[in-house]
Amino acid sequence: MPRTEFSPSIATRPVYAALKAHGSAPALMLADAEGAEALIELAAADPAVMDRAHLIYIPAGAAHGPRLRELGAKMYHEAPSFSAALERYRKALLDAKMGTQLYLAGTEGLIGQAAAEALAAGLPADAIQSEHRGSIARRMQCVHCKGVTEDVTTDPFVCSHCGLTLFVRDHFSRRLGAFQGVCVDAETPGIVPEMKEIKA
Amino acid sequence: MSALELRVAAVEPLSPLVTRFRFEDPAGATLPLFSGGAHIVVEMPDEDTLRRNAYSLISDPLDGSGYEIAVRREDAGRGGSRFMHARVKPGDTMRVTLPINLFSLDLRAKKHVLIGGGIGITPFLAQLRQLQRLQMPFELHYAARSRAEAAGLALLPDLPQIHVHISDEGNRMDLGAILGSQPLGTHIYTCGPEGLIAAVDETGARLGWPKGALHSEAFLAPPPGTPFTVTLKSGRKIEVGAHQSLLEALEAAEVEVDWSCRGGACGRCETGVSSCHGRIEHHDHWLSDEEKAAQTKIMPCVSRFTGESLTLDL
Repeated sequence: MPRTEFSPSIATRPVYAALKAHGSAPALMLADAEGAEALIELAAADPAVMDRAHLIYIPAGAAHGPRLRELGAKMYHEAPSFSAALERYRKALLDAKMGTQLYLAGTEGLIGQAAAEALAAGLPADAIQSEHRGSIARRMQCVHCKGVTEDVTTDPFVCSHCGLTLFVRDHFSRRLGAFQGVCVDAETPGIVPEMKEIKA
Repeated sequence: MSALELRVAAVEPLSPLVTRFRFEDPAGATLPLFSGGAHIVVEMPDEDTLRRNAYSLISDPLDGSGYEIAVRREDAGRGGSRFMHARVKPGDTMRVTLPINLFSLDLRAKKHVLIGGGIGITPFLAQLRQLQRLQMPFELHYAARSRAEAAGLALLPDLPQIHVHISDEGNRMDLGAILGSQPLGTHIYTCGPEGLIAAVDETGARLGWPKGALHSEAFLAPPPGTPFTVTLKSGRKIEVGAHQSLLEALEAAEVEVDWSCRGGACGRCETGVSSCHGRIEHHDHWLSDEEKAAQTKIMPCVSRFTGESLTLDL
């Protein structure tokens, strides 16, 4: 899948450029599903980018694993989910020196959570490269119960924690790596706008 | 600018060229606290010229009993530091601005590396106190040409995180080694000569450091130059002398311009240019390269003009 172009929105809505190689600098790479293709293209543009790379891939049902492994990253690891990869990712951030390049590719849920971890590790936002590929499903936080619902594809949607019907905002929390969902029928209980698919 | 009238409580030479000044409230009131990296602008009534220089505060940011600065005498300078050294005595009253910080620590960082060259050590003396109080990991590197010139030695506490590099003793600072092995989340702060700041930026770029983790501060003295004339919106013309800054000339003519650092760093005195026939000599660190090339803005604190005519939005 090609890189996703999102329509312009409010300032907090993250935008994702295409990944750019920083040569053979130490690198930490994290991708899920179709995000693999962004790394494959990155390595095609500059094979040296893999020389000192630690690559973590979450296939989520995609079949790119074998091709990614062949790119020759210094370390390659597959994990079944972001939470399963988290300990390894945190350890990698802890051990990394300044100058390590961070490459994130795939869904907004993965990019958002991985960027939030990196920011918490003290990396400035301008040091995080990310490219969106694949599903445009969103990771949403309910602003009322604070529960997070993953893979939201419709607007409104029902909070998987408290059951409120939530409006999908473009307001994004960098700290949480999630968009904000706000009760859509607080003023007029039960009167809910028609459910629509979320667009890019 | 809000100013305080303070009494000079102490004047203490630290080295042949550097003197420490302490200011206190004449009635003994507590002064507003600040954060490490803040500076004050000191007013010096020197004959018919009112000089104003920015100096970093070196005292404890949470100690409101006084403000301390360290001033290096620049014999080739415009006269502000000479005034401080030759004329200021304990008991004098001086006007200083409230502290302003353009060089604060980024408290999101996991570790702070402070690099001071020569008199550029001053903002770090206050930041050190803040970092120690916050118990945050840090390193301080202080580079000086010789031990005799290293006035900062008298002011630095004896801590294992403090590294002194004296180039006369063959112990030059190795920026590659300092920047090459810092944990993720480290921020670098540099203060000192332009060459040092450029070298840190260059080393950082080579080692893949993000720009957002590299901070620096350099106050510029307004450089002298050829006299020039500016025109105001009203058509009034203001002459700027060879050793005067545009900002000083505007002030002497009682034209209101807002200012803060007077050294090309803060952006407060940014002034629009409505027409420019000639070349603006930009000396500031505030405008971007594109803005400088466009010649539609000028920082009157440090920048000058050569050419036919310059009209300001004032």
